[in-house]
Amino acid sequence: MRKITIPMILLCVSTNAQNPSAREIIEKVDRNMSAESRVFTSKMIIHNPRNTRTIESKSWSMGENKSFTEYISPPREQGTKMLKLDNLLWIFSPETDRIIQISGHMLRQSVMGSDLSYEDMMEDPHLLNHYNGKVDGEEKIADRNCWVITLIANTADVAYQTQKIWVDKDRFIPLRKDLYAKSGVLLKKMELSEVLLIQGRWYPKKILFKDVLKEGDGTEFQIMDIEFNTKIPDYVFSKASLKK
Amino acid sequence: MIRFLFKGIFRDKQRSLLPVIVATIGVMLTVTLYCWLNGFLNDSIELNARFSTGHVKIMTAPYARNIDQIPNDLALTGVDSLIIKLKNNFPGMKWEQRIHFGGLIDAPDQKGETRTQGPAIGLGIDLLSGDQSETERFNLVKSLRRGRLPSHQGEILMSELFSQKLKVNPGDTVTLIGSTMNGSMAMYNYTVAGTIVFGTPAMDQGSVIIDLKDVRAALDMNDAAGEITGYLPGNYYDDKVAEQVVNRFNKLFPPSDDMYAPIITTLRKQNNLGQVMDQISQVGGLVVFVFVLSMSLVFWNAGLLGGLRRYIEFGTRLAIGEDYSHIYRTMIYESVLIGIAGSFTGTLIGLILSLYLQNHGLDIGSMMKSSSIMMPSVFHARITLPAFFIGFIPGLLSTITGTALSGIGIYKRKTAQLFKELEA
Repeated sequence: MRKITIPMILLCVSTNAQNPSAREIIEKVDRNMSAESRVFTSKMIIHNPRNTRTIESKSWSMGENKSFTEYISPPREQGTKMLKLDNLLWIFSPETDRIIQISGHMLRQSVMGSDLSYEDMMEDPHLLNHYNGKVDGEEKIADRNCWVITLIANTADVAYQTQKIWVDKDRFIPLRKDLYAKSGVLLKKMELSEVLLIQGRWYPKKILFKDVLKEGDGTEFQIMDIEFNTKIPDYVFSKASLKK
Repeated sequence: MIRFLFKGIFRDKQRSLLPVIVATIGVMLTVTLYCWLNGFLNDSIELNARFSTGHVKIMTAPYARNIDQIPNDLALTGVDSLIIKLKNNFPGMKWEQRIHFGGLIDAPDQKGETRTQGPAIGLGIDLLSGDQSETERFNLVKSLRRGRLPSHQGEILMSELFSQKLKVNPGDTVTLIGSTMNGSMAMYNYTVAGTIVFGTPAMDQGSVIIDLKDVRAALDMNDAAGEITGYLPGNYYDDKVAEQVVNRFNKLFPPSDDMYAPIITTLRKQNNLGQVMDQISQVGGLVVFVFVLSMSLVFWNAGLLGGLRRYIEFGTRLAIGEDYSHIYRTMIYESVLIGIAGSFTGTLIGLILSLYLQNHGLDIGSMMKSSSIMMPSVFHARITLPAFFIGFIPGLLSTITGTALSGIGIYKRKTAQLFKELEA
């Protein structure tokens, strides 16, 4: 009997060692995806039913709650700036020389007609701080083995109550995300690709957002260049910087 | 004979006064009510046509399906060339490009920070091209309460109530926050040129009117418009003519696979107006029917009373040898004269009343303060050709019918008993 029990225990321990818990996976995902600060230039290619538009911007973010974005092109959007501090967002339009504040459900509106909301664009939440996870199984995405994890929000201040994510087993980067509302309705789908090693972390350079409630072929969000954990002066995250 | 009867009626006031008064009142009510209903229908239709539906309207099919959401992302494009084509093919008609939009009007404080905001329903129409059609159609000159009409780009009109709510005055700058045709956030500064009262509670609560070019600039809708409204020659809606326009348009622009191709629809097929028109017309018919029925009963009754009053007279006439049918005929002739007199007077008074209501209208604005339906707050009567006979003919008919029914009693008088009755 003892001869059978010991190998069984060893087998269980070894299986557990191969299958990390959801928490461990999310921790590793956060280490890749989130940073103390980020500075990046990006390009949004918006595929509307009638046309395709490209919008370029530069963003600065610090932690989960501070973010600043300046639009570079096209000319119509050039000079538009957005500052997000916690749950408040200020938008500066050079055309009007006005700063307008938006908050609440407006933050879930589309940015520039894209499939991204202001929250999608400007927030960098640590998944572990807001969600409890459960590993549902394994699947292949783009020929890569992935953990399938369901995340359920444990705080009220998140845009999506439930997320289903497919995490690359080797690089611990999500390759696909399905984002759900509290009602269980699927709101958005994200496909993350072109995963590169940048400053010692895996990071997707291209994300395809698809708002399933919206017509069109989705929005490609391409990172042109990105720097992590660089020092960003405090004045960047002030209303004064909007009019500079 | 007629002269003889007329003298009889004229001299015996009891025989004529009450029936004439009854006929006059009934006919007057019918004429006034008919003109009132006609005016109500016409005011509602014209208000909708001017502000919203046009006599015909061109949109894209998906825009038409979602029109309540004001989906400018589904708007018509290439409208400048479309307008030229329309003007060439429908020379008698007026075509207007319009952009409806929703958004926020933000009023800044002295530092440029938001002082107050309010949701607005906006309308972009041609105000500054020099063509005054839209200014007249929206009755903007008369609707102006404060300030003036826009004379330069970048100026807007606000509803008076909305301006009071936002504490904004002519000359102040406000910012429109909306959404471009592509879904981007749109922010655009305007100067309030003046404030207006539309007279329609639904529009008076939060509307702004902006020149089409300014709206296009703000909403990134160059060479685009949410809708094109068409107005028939004479500026009066005629369903048959509108249908002919639709048929011609469909030949010019046959259905295609392009989901954003222009489609056309008539006023009748928009905003349930067809149903409203049918219902009001049915109510008009019902009013005339009820009038004829009730007046016939009244005249029947009046005839019976008259018969009782003239019991001795008829008896004497029969006794001296007058024929039953002759007496009956003279009664009918008398009723024709009474009917003509009553109906004529009633029609005349009804038309005078209707003319007053046509010119001055009846203000029911206080009853519609919280209404969100597009209805005029002042209703006018409308005198049309049928108003001249819609009361007259039924008035005459009911008088004759009533007398004819009551007069049957004459045939029941027995000549053998006449002298006994007369002696008594």
